[in-house]
Amino acid sequence: MRLSPDEMIFWQHGFIKLNGTIAFTWGLMFVLAVGSKLITRNLSTELKRSRWQNLLEIVVTGIEKQIEDVGLRHPKKYIGFLGTLFLFVALSSLCTIIPGYEPPTGSLSTTAALALCVLVAVPFFGIEEQGLGDYLKSYAEPTIIMLPFNIISELSRTLALAVRLFGNMMSGTMILAILLTITPFIFPIAMSALGLLTGMVQAYIFSILAAVYIAAATRGRKARPEPMQEMKA
Amino acid sequence: MDNVTLIAIASIVTAGLTIALGSIGPALGEGRAVATALSSLAQQPDAATTITRTLFVGLAMIESIAIYCFVVSMILVFANPFWNHVIAQTAGK
Repeated sequence: MRLSPDEMIFWQHGFIKLNGTIAFTWGLMFVLAVGSKLITRNLSTELKRSRWQNLLEIVVTGIEKQIEDVGLRHPKKYIGFLGTLFLFVALSSLCTIIPGYEPPTGSLSTTAALALCVLVAVPFFGIEEQGLGDYLKSYAEPTIIMLPFNIISELSRTLALAVRLFGNMMSGTMILAILLTITPFIFPIAMSALGLLTGMVQAYIFSILAAVYIAAATRGRKARPEPMQEMKA
Repeated sequence: MDNVTLIAIASIVTAGLTIALGSIGPALGEGRAVATALSSLAQQPDAATTITRTLFVGLAMIESIAIYCFVVSMILVFANPFWNHVIAQTAGK
């Protein structure tokens, strides 16, 4: 009973192992990077455009709108990080249709790495937006007694992100494996469809939570006045 | 009763109890969350996107508790360090 793609070893030399997690992660990165490069080779701004460019535009503008709804005011600064998080996790769970594929997010290593990226990105964007002094002062909000609790909440949010994604992905594949051995084939297929749905929802949740944490870090104490053009009705 | 039997019994019983008791709370919480979200959608249908997004984020946070219980249960059954230790002991004897 395989608990994670870490245990699928393709090649081994001494203690250096090429396991399923590494192989599938690089496969996903290859598909995303090379696919985007091929599609964006000749971009067109007229009405006539290739369907792949249309697809990418739908995805990018959708993510941008979601980031803006969460409260981040210049989504172009954050869409690189947040969009990549969403696309990686979503593609990772979408490809479970392919036989022989195990999602690399079903290994705690991958999800811990993604959660650590968020842990580093939140102070990075916070300091970039507010400056170092103001950002560090925000940890002492509302009183200095809350300082250890704020730090602990940062760390526990990271842990929760990692374990939530890992648990969802691993439980999907494990239930599928267990059901394949004991029930008729229709049930594993239904569970596979459910696994796809939860995979998409978890990808969305992961990136939206990262966006909410970044928004909380960049908001600052005084709400900066919004430009007044939205008031003209 | 020797160590092997004792650890096996404790692990199996605890794994079952963990996931059984651990899914009650999140299930009730999620039911309440969805019920409140539905009633507020009925009251203000034009805030549907905000309500839906907040509902999904809240559901994910509630679900994490059940996921933690599931992970503990899986560790007890499949990656149990006490079981591995005691099996290594009896294999070495």
